[in-house]
Amino acid sequence: MKKKGPLYALFLSLILLLPGCSSLTVLNPKGPSARTLSDTIILSILVMLGVLAVVYILYIFVLVKYRAKKSNEGYIPEHEEGNKVLETIWIVIPIIIVAFLSVVTVKTTNAVENQAKEYKDQTPLVIYASSSNWKWHFSYPEEGIETVNYVNMPVHRAVEFRMYSFGSITSLWIPQLAGQKYAMSDMLTTLHLSADTEGSYMGRNANFSGKGFAHMEFEALVMSSKDYDDWVKEVKETAPKLTEEEFKGLLATDYLGRKTYSSTHLEFSPPPGDHGEHMSGEGKEMDMDNGNMDHQDNKEIHPSPEPSSETEFDSKPNPEVEQPLPSSPVDEHTHDSNS
Amino acid sequence: MDLEKFKVHGEPLIYGAMISIALATIGILVGLTYFKKWGYLWREWLTTVDHKKIGVMYILAALLMLFRGGVDAIMMRLQTAAPEMKFLDAQHYNEVFTTHGLIMILFMAMPFIIGLMNVIVPLQIGARDVAFPRLNAVSFWLFFFGAMLLNISFVIGGSPDAGWSAYFPLASLEFSPTVGNNYYSLALQISGIGTLITGVNFIVTILKMRAPGMKLMKMPMFTWSVLITNVIIVFAFPVLTVALALMMFDRLFGSQFFTMANGGMDMLWANLFWVWGHPEVYIVILPAFGIYSEIIATFSKKNLYGYTSMVFSMLIISLLSFLVWAHHFYTMGQGAMVNSFFSITTMAIAVPTGVKIFNWLFTLRKGRITFTTPMLYTLAFIPIFTIGGVTGVMLAMASADYQYHNTMFLVAHFHYVLIPGAVFAVIAGFHYWFPKVFGFRLNERLGKHSFWWIVISFNVTFFPLFFLGLMGMTRRMYTYSEESGFGPLNMLSFVGAVGLAIGFVLLVYNIYWSTRYMPRDTTSDPWDGRTLEWATHSPMPVYNFAIVPKVQTRDAFWSAKQDNMPLFEDKITKIHMPSNTGKPFILGVIFFFLGFFLVFSMWIPAIVAGVGVLIMLAAMSFDRDHGYYISVDEVMATEKKLMRGETV
Repeated sequence: MKKKGPLYALFLSLILLLPGCSSLTVLNPKGPSARTLSDTIILSILVMLGVLAVVYILYIFVLVKYRAKKSNEGYIPEHEEGNKVLETIWIVIPIIIVAFLSVVTVKTTNAVENQAKEYKDQTPLVIYASSSNWKWHFSYPEEGIETVNYVNMPVHRAVEFRMYSFGSITSLWIPQLAGQKYAMSDMLTTLHLSADTEGSYMGRNANFSGKGFAHMEFEALVMSSKDYDDWVKEVKETAPKLTEEEFKGLLATDYLGRKTYSSTHLEFSPPPGDHGEHMSGEGKEMDMDNGNMDHQDNKEIHPSPEPSSETEFDSKPNPEVEQPLPSSPVDEHTHDSNS
Repeated sequence: MDLEKFKVHGEPLIYGAMISIALATIGILVGLTYFKKWGYLWREWLTTVDHKKIGVMYILAALLMLFRGGVDAIMMRLQTAAPEMKFLDAQHYNEVFTTHGLIMILFMAMPFIIGLMNVIVPLQIGARDVAFPRLNAVSFWLFFFGAMLLNISFVIGGSPDAGWSAYFPLASLEFSPTVGNNYYSLALQISGIGTLITGVNFIVTILKMRAPGMKLMKMPMFTWSVLITNVIIVFAFPVLTVALALMMFDRLFGSQFFTMANGGMDMLWANLFWVWGHPEVYIVILPAFGIYSEIIATFSKKNLYGYTSMVFSMLIISLLSFLVWAHHFYTMGQGAMVNSFFSITTMAIAVPTGVKIFNWLFTLRKGRITFTTPMLYTLAFIPIFTIGGVTGVMLAMASADYQYHNTMFLVAHFHYVLIPGAVFAVIAGFHYWFPKVFGFRLNERLGKHSFWWIVISFNVTFFPLFFLGLMGMTRRMYTYSEESGFGPLNMLSFVGAVGLAIGFVLLVYNIYWSTRYMPRDTTSDPWDGRTLEWATHSPMPVYNFAIVPKVQTRDAFWSAKQDNMPLFEDKITKIHMPSNTGKPFILGVIFFFLGFFLVFSMWIPAIVAGVGVLIMLAAMSFDRDHGYYISVDEVMATEKKLMRGETV
């Protein structure tokens, strides 16, 4: 009993310290993929609390009951070899728990590796996200635009990020929209996400990549499809073109603020071979030599996909061009415009 | 040659460290000369092949490294205690967390455990030494000089800064142009070879040198855990050796194994690293399980519950440890299928681990539990490690890991596993076996004070990190903004880290205090122990046992005390012992210089040192010294002295 006191006091004080659950970004999802993950996490916490309870109750019981006291002085416990039935119980029950969690894991992993089922019928909006030093380049091949260090997305729309890196391994993570995935120099990885609430969400690189790692954040702004179309149109009309020289300049710079261009770097600097597609597609195929064939030096054989002319936005003209761009606070970290 | 490479740019902290290192070195050299201890040092320690002394040196080095890594930890917690702290810059912070990880795992936890196994395993199996005593000395000196090589990095040339996992291409020459990662590849290589040799040595020792009657299934649990650990070492360390060699080629000779172009694969490094790195976790944790098993049995006065299932659970864990490495990079895009496979194998480890937890709880049941310091650490281990275990299962779920990966949640998890699982164990083992080696106990009152500081502060330090992870704080961030809201919990964590430091300082003060004031043991069995190490004198003579014991039961010494089963029936005969040799030490020194010259690409001195290594290896291979005999009279005289409680 003696040693549990401080532990519980600590636990309670921690819970009191927490300013409510909404600050736990991961458990405050704003899209189907992140919601699946949040539900999985909460389920696993509950199951694990059950396991902890059993161990703790047994632990406190034996410590209280069998501690050395005056009354059992000189007592020499009997030799006890073990008990087949008991040992079988604590082998079988954990196996059942692990089997249950395995089923959950396989299901949810498949779910988040693919387009969310709510958005299954949509053609996803493809955004290439590449990292260089401590910045993120987002290329929209369909729209023919590119942004640096911020990404805008329409709400209620399946989005497919295709990630790669011009340097160290980085990991693209927008915790309220989806789990993270690595961006590497020799392989294209895919991340499916979609948002059901408009708002500004924190995105960052989650894999240590050197000196500027701590500052490698970006804003993911989810806006209505109308606002999104307006924004795209505005960018196409007003932003400069991204030339090869300009892009080389960007790559060479360590840190950058936000940039916007009316063309992408994918034309003159195509991404590495697209292994992400069949690696995480249906989860049925495995490719053990991932990336070995497809390197930066022979990437010419993998042309970037043609901009698709059939996005659902092309059908909807947006007359209100004069409406201002949605506000995008640079350093705002309230990852949720609703709160 | 470019002297600029040696310099570490102006940081007052580093200059301070340089001066204190210089002063300490001068102090030691002057002290040794003044007290005329050079000869003693050379004869008794530097040239020793005695497994007990080698073990003590391992533990001493590990304790030093515990403080080195601890200072790193405090600096990290201080730097992140509040938003926008200016204590360390990004580069320095990156070096600090990289060396913290490397030192704590490779130069603290593992050597501490190897130290304990060196001291105890031959005693537990009733042997007079390890199978290859001189190779054992080679192991130690390679570990020691590897550790020293890494430790000088921060004052000469700069420490590795790409994380302890040193992912490529970040760790390549292109993105880490300083010599830091050269130190990484060479220091780890040198000490890793030492560890590999230890692995071979202890497998042979345990399989071939057990006392008569000690069948495999009668071995004490600590010896079992050490045997399994060393099998893991022998399978895992060659992978590290190869990976580090390829890394060295990439960094020093311009090869392109892990680069971004010309066919290099950064994922290959990640795979090789974790194929070694995951079993490495079990290399430090399985012996801890062994230590706890011994302590729980001793202080609840019961034999270990479910011995057979304990052994099999460790075997299964060791097999599974090789099948789970990809759970370190679920987010590398290998797809749902591969991730599911590794999820299931990873979660499966929870089953044998759970078996162990319940067997320990049932060992306590119907026992008579006394709360000594080693037992307190053991008892604290159970609830805390269980938190580490269940969060491990949570992390094992690939989908959920997409949200935990590289966050503070992960950091919290592995500290909840490694600190109770390895650090508490080595401290518990240290308190438990201390009287065996030195002939007196550590002070219990000071030990308990230190225990409460450590255990409570540990939770204050690491529990908040679970929440920080869920709030979206990634690991290895040297700073964060006010708006992120990470501040308060990080501050709490820093407060805990200070408490941990106080606990560890108390631990060292306890060693000092006890050395001066604690009464010497007369019984050589202060805890009423169960296994063979308590059947010989404390401190033990160089030959361990005057007569090789005969074993009939698992808890051989307990049976001898309880049921009067005779242990020592034979007569004393002359004892063959290996003679001391300075060659392993000299080999270590030359390896150190070889590593140092390679770090700085100084080819000619490196070639000279390389030739030196070959010469020393040849000299050791052709050594004709076959050791010496201790005569019966001498043994009798020593035994008589020990009986009267004198030290030899």
